[in-house]
Amino acid sequence: MATNKPVDVVIVGFGWTGAIMAIELAQAGLNVLALERGEDASTVPNWAYPKVVDEISQSARNGLLQNLAKSTVTIRHHKDDRALPYRQIGSFKPGTGVGGAGIHWSGVHSRVMPQELRLRSHITERYGRNFIPEGMTLQDWGVTYEELEPHFDRFEQVCGTSGKAGNIQGSKLDGGNPFEAPRSHEFPLPPLTDPPTSALFAKATRELGYHPYPLPAANASRPYTNPYGCQLGPCNFCGFCSDYGCINYSKASPQTTILPVLYRMPNFALRTQTHVLKVNTDSAGKVATGVTYVDAQGHEVEQPAAIVVLAAFHLHNVRLMLSSGISQPYDPDTGKGTLGRNFCYQLLNSVNLFFNQNVYINQFMGAGGVGQAIEDFYADNFDHAKLGFIGGGVIWGRQTGNGPVRGIPLPSGSPAWGSGWKAAVKQNFLHTGRIESQMSNMAYRGCYLDLDPTYRDAYGTPLLRMTLNWQDNDLRMSEFFGEKLSQIGKAMGATSQSGRVLKRGDNWDTRAYQSTHINGGTAMGADPKTSVVNKYLQSWDVSNLFVLGANVFAHGIGYNPTGLVGALAYWSAANIRATYLKNPGPLVRA
Amino acid sequence: MSSNDGQTSRRDFLATTLALAPLAVTVAGQAAAQSSKAEQLPSSAPAPDHASVPDYRPSYFTPIEWAFINAACARLIPTDEHGPGAVELGVPQYIDRQMGTPWADGGIWYMQGPFFAGAPEFGYQSQLTPKQQYRLGIKAIDALCRERLNMPFAALTAAQQDDVLKQIEKGSLTSTDLSLGTFFSGFLLRNVMEGYFGDPMYGGNKDMAAWKMIGYPGVRADYLEWVGQAKPYPYGPVSIYGKRG
Repeated sequence: MATNKPVDVVIVGFGWTGAIMAIELAQAGLNVLALERGEDASTVPNWAYPKVVDEISQSARNGLLQNLAKSTVTIRHHKDDRALPYRQIGSFKPGTGVGGAGIHWSGVHSRVMPQELRLRSHITERYGRNFIPEGMTLQDWGVTYEELEPHFDRFEQVCGTSGKAGNIQGSKLDGGNPFEAPRSHEFPLPPLTDPPTSALFAKATRELGYHPYPLPAANASRPYTNPYGCQLGPCNFCGFCSDYGCINYSKASPQTTILPVLYRMPNFALRTQTHVLKVNTDSAGKVATGVTYVDAQGHEVEQPAAIVVLAAFHLHNVRLMLSSGISQPYDPDTGKGTLGRNFCYQLLNSVNLFFNQNVYINQFMGAGGVGQAIEDFYADNFDHAKLGFIGGGVIWGRQTGNGPVRGIPLPSGSPAWGSGWKAAVKQNFLHTGRIESQMSNMAYRGCYLDLDPTYRDAYGTPLLRMTLNWQDNDLRMSEFFGEKLSQIGKAMGATSQSGRVLKRGDNWDTRAYQSTHINGGTAMGADPKTSVVNKYLQSWDVSNLFVLGANVFAHGIGYNPTGLVGALAYWSAANIRATYLKNPGPLVRA
Repeated sequence: MSSNDGQTSRRDFLATTLALAPLAVTVAGQAAAQSSKAEQLPSSAPAPDHASVPDYRPSYFTPIEWAFINAACARLIPTDEHGPGAVELGVPQYIDRQMGTPWADGGIWYMQGPFFAGAPEFGYQSQLTPKQQYRLGIKAIDALCRERLNMPFAALTAAQQDDVLKQIEKGSLTSTDLSLGTFFSGFLLRNVMEGYFGDPMYGGNKDMAAWKMIGYPGVRADYLEWVGQAKPYPYGPVSIYGKRG
């Protein structure tokens, strides 16, 4: 096997977290190498107009997504079932190549609610220990909102996020989210213009006594130059966001916000078409010596490094940990082991609203992150004592942009083809909106990740196996949200509603797209018995290994995860720079 | 599906079909049905109701399969008072051209075995590629039509064709060769919709007529002045090659 020259830092995966860690550590003077198994890509030529605004290549044929022929996961609902491969893209959409899922994301840019980072303590303090049901493995994350706040702020400045503050340093501000945790600064850009769905949603929810606010969006509302000097142009609501690369340099991605500056740094290098197989450790398993990857020609290469950073998508980070034998795999029977534990997702209820012919929604216009939302039922913003569930979610009226190949929603009972279908699409296409609730998913003893005993990827490595299903607590919550959605839809003036509300008895359906917000499996925390990484995202077992991504979440929050994922990457990088580099070793004593 | 279910569905199928559509069969249609040579069908089958894109010669589909594709497209999105039909917009051509893409060989799906049937929530678990789905699906549907009505699908009346498609959709017409329901909803209907509404450069949606029908401006992709207005958008569609409709 060939062995490359050692580097200071090797980064596995080059999406959002890889780009953040790369620029922050390169600016600290380290020699940084990023390994990316996909191709390089940039706005021009890859997402230039009009080539990329093509529903066939991008939405119907998954142009920007991971090719599952090479690698996928297997899924089952319960540990006694046989897991089956996720053969086609459905419920979640892993990205590929430089930029990763940061290219085809929609841009909703939320933070976290402080109580979510200490959810076990919070629930116990407010409702008592017995309120947490048997089998729910709630735990605190080991980090506080106050510690992360400068890094949330930093990531918003980098992304040029559009929004309106509701709480700056404890002062409540009109027009923002009244439930918001204190922010150090206003959003870098003002909110985007409300499309028709969002305007109707804001009016209706206000009249119902709720508190609508403009959803923070990493879609620029104005021209913007970020702290690295990268420039964004204003979003023109083209309607091609989720599934698409941005034609306008408006949606924040590694390409629009970090890479133009990073690529000019002489101490940074990127090697594409390198698929990392494992993290190598010394004979004691205490120090990472580097990684082994397969290059484009199929040859195995060893890359030595002083620091190893796992910055791939959730699935690959967890699988690399399992393949590398770092940390003890979780055993659902005994509850022992940490790796694979607290694997979570999110629940999503999606309701289509059909309006009269004089109400123009124009669903083809929109932006991924634009919308109005309420947090009256987020996290523990509302009293759960009599509700019988833990958790909550955000309810929004977004207008993300939709075209006919992506699917034209129709009222219940409409035919799927023939003249009746034609009449229905013609009548409804311009007059349909959508509201949703995106809800937390608690951690459970029986929901976890491990390696599949049967199925392998194109490199001969076992696939990651997901064991996960919706649980009673979360489905009760979903039913609660179903009622709220129906109430809001009526208040918006919809003549009929159709869609999907998860109810007790429903299983996780992997076919229909829901969100790519899978999380957990290498949970962060204060206790090495229940977490894989410490509060700085440093491996408890191998102190020169840092693991980024939503896989460090201890439970599934209701917000879109990118804002938290980015802030955690900045937080980890800041602590490596300020503390670790001066004195390499564990940043927290176990 | 059990053989008992199959028998029930067959009785239902015959009863409904006979009630709905008296068998007004052309001589040419009978000749095609009785022929064992697939190649004879296109020349002897009744002409489709609506003109196809005339010069297109399919690359993947055999003549008998091509007759099925055209006939199915004509029923799934018929030409009617609401707007153009799938055949006249070139949707059959779209589907044939898609058969030459990596997707058609399962190239963007995980297609390694072992293959096990699973609950529907676990998605596609068949080892059949899209190309194989079409080859087997058309053969199975034509065989069922011949067995019950002595003619391939393409030679049936429009009402009979609708009835066959509805029974497949409902799950009351099944085959042991493949899941007809999956072939119908996961491939045939989905690809027809793609071709009808996709950019014209892929072979369907001729003159962006499907976009015009629903008021979709295609790839204009520039709505800053309009997004806040909640009014009818005044401009016609634009295609990826820059053609205006």
